[in-house]
Amino acid sequence: MSILVNKDTKVIVQGFTGKEGTFHAEQCMAYGTKIVGGVTPGKGGQEHLGQPVFNTVSEAVAATGATVSMIFVPPAFVSDAVMEAADAGITLAVIITEGAPVKDMMFAKAYAVKKDMMTIGPNCPGIITADECKIGIMPGFIFKKGHVGLISKSGTLTYESANQVVKEGFGITTAVGIGGDPIIGLSYKQLLPMFEADPETHAIVMIGEIGGDLEIQAAAYIKEHITKPVVAFIAGQTAPAGKRMGHAGAIISGSAGTAQEKMAALEAAGVTVVVSPADIGKAIAKVMAAL
Amino acid sequence: MNIHEYQAKELFKKYNVPTVRGHIVFTPDEAVKAAQELGGSIWVVKAQIHAGGRGLGGGVKLARSTSEVRSLAAEILGMTLVTHQTGPEGKLVQKVYIEEGADIKKEYYLGLLLDRALEMPIMMASTEGGMAIEDVAHNTPEKIIKVAIDPLTGFQPFHGRKLAFGLGLPVEEINTFIKFASALYKVYMDHDAEMIEINPLVKTGDGKFLALDAKMGFDNNALYRQDQVREMRDLSEEEPTEIEADKYGLSYIKLDGNVGCMVNGAGLAMGTMDTINYEGGKPANFLDVGGSASAETVAKGFDIILKDPNVKVIFVNIFGGIVRCDRVANGIIEATKITNVNVPIIVRLDGTNAIEAADILNNAGIANIVAATDLADGARKAVAAAKGE
Repeated sequence: MSILVNKDTKVIVQGFTGKEGTFHAEQCMAYGTKIVGGVTPGKGGQEHLGQPVFNTVSEAVAATGATVSMIFVPPAFVSDAVMEAADAGITLAVIITEGAPVKDMMFAKAYAVKKDMMTIGPNCPGIITADECKIGIMPGFIFKKGHVGLISKSGTLTYESANQVVKEGFGITTAVGIGGDPIIGLSYKQLLPMFEADPETHAIVMIGEIGGDLEIQAAAYIKEHITKPVVAFIAGQTAPAGKRMGHAGAIISGSAGTAQEKMAALEAAGVTVVVSPADIGKAIAKVMAAL
Repeated sequence: MNIHEYQAKELFKKYNVPTVRGHIVFTPDEAVKAAQELGGSIWVVKAQIHAGGRGLGGGVKLARSTSEVRSLAAEILGMTLVTHQTGPEGKLVQKVYIEEGADIKKEYYLGLLLDRALEMPIMMASTEGGMAIEDVAHNTPEKIIKVAIDPLTGFQPFHGRKLAFGLGLPVEEINTFIKFASALYKVYMDHDAEMIEINPLVKTGDGKFLALDAKMGFDNNALYRQDQVREMRDLSEEEPTEIEADKYGLSYIKLDGNVGCMVNGAGLAMGTMDTINYEGGKPANFLDVGGSASAETVAKGFDIILKDPNVKVIFVNIFGGIVRCDRVANGIIEATKITNVNVPIIVRLDGTNAIEAADILNNAGIANIVAATDLADGARKAVAAAKGE
């Protein structure tokens, strides 16, 4: 078991024939992901990486039965691509593209919600179910199969924590990189209940950062509904206020969105909060041993 | 990206958001000329810097004669203005805005920004004009009225009525206010703004609303389609090293510690700073070298970090995913040939081919490169080196 995606998930790639799309689609296929086709307007009818190329997402869905789309189109075209996927009946869009305008995502997400399409990202590494399905740009080999679910705003911190978990002798069910933009798709609050319901997942790692209040919402949700142990790290304890730390959403506005307030809220919800990201693996080992 | 008050007011004028007439000037002579052209008998001389709190810092002054305009402009131009938003080093004032005086009957606050939880813009109004909105939110939150504006409906008159009645405006002023707020929403959406703040918004003796101040920030991701906004960028208001880093695709922010950091990925870069802090050190900077971490970008990163004389050690923390660590290791060695690094470099490479990478670094025979086994080990070694241990 796992959440959202597994070995049977059929995936198409929007922006299939571009440089990034090609490189990562190939890596995903090598990992075992069922990439069943792709979309590049104007290149319909061609074949790419041994899979059919379509002009529209609707055609791709009709011909392949794909339910998930991995999106690699340039930032200016992201909202169009997301809305096209939603319109075509895709149920989950994984948006890898970095640099999408916030206003565009505001409209695209509102439309996706209306069409019952879940989104992950933008500006994220994607989602991976260990040894089954990788939809994104993460190095697959780090994610050994196991019983820890992972939700993270940061790409490299996802790899860092998965690596630590594996080095401690444990593994991953599914890891989701939710992205650090101001408006994102699935967040902790939607993903936590999925991990709670997944019998294979025994513990959850949650990586947050400064800016916004998704982690605070997560804390409130954990307190009420999550029975599995959660280990959390919040990046940016040493970040100055008012400065954007790389991610568009990683900014302390005035006195709101600090790492300290998020850590306090999570601790109050019974979460094991580590101060140093180097301690994530050890904390997981501790909570797993106590199960 | 942020712009100056006078630039925000230019955008306001194009959208018929009423504001006060004024001219931007660079010398006391120009200030006098501007005042004469504006006419009247009272003017405001306002320092133009990208920071709030200018009035309290002495950067906004009232003049009652053109000779006073001259002396105040001379005083403010060239001064280093320190406000709660500039940091203790302050900001050099290079231009001032000369505005006509306004007949102020009452001051309000009006702002627009993205509500990340609601995923739509919210407009906020308050009767507590002229005060820091954060203080109002903290001390008297009931005095802030908020409306969320669904982008699918846009700004509707009911949004305006909710704010106007909330402010206690008399019925005859409601429509004037709605017109103002509606035009402001259009300014916000059309320019991919992430924030507009009018503090104060003033009501004049004859019942008009005027933007007496104006602050605007924009979504950097949308600048590619905002030509007019992009042209308003004032590089002199930004950190020179941050601008230079940006040219090379590096994301750099200077901090006040002595452990330089070079990391791939924004989250891990923040996490590295936190780890250094946890181990008893102080990070000198945030630096995300991005995905590739090639010899050129690493060399540039070294250059930028070493511009800060406080730096005693550099901690390179790379988690190699798609990029193989052995290539990054070679890149680091190459980089030390391009740039002379005279402080210890602690290198932690993990991920794909990490063991090969450690061998490459150890065999390179570069005296000041020290390999670390993991994040904690690297941070400890870096902190020890910074302390001269």
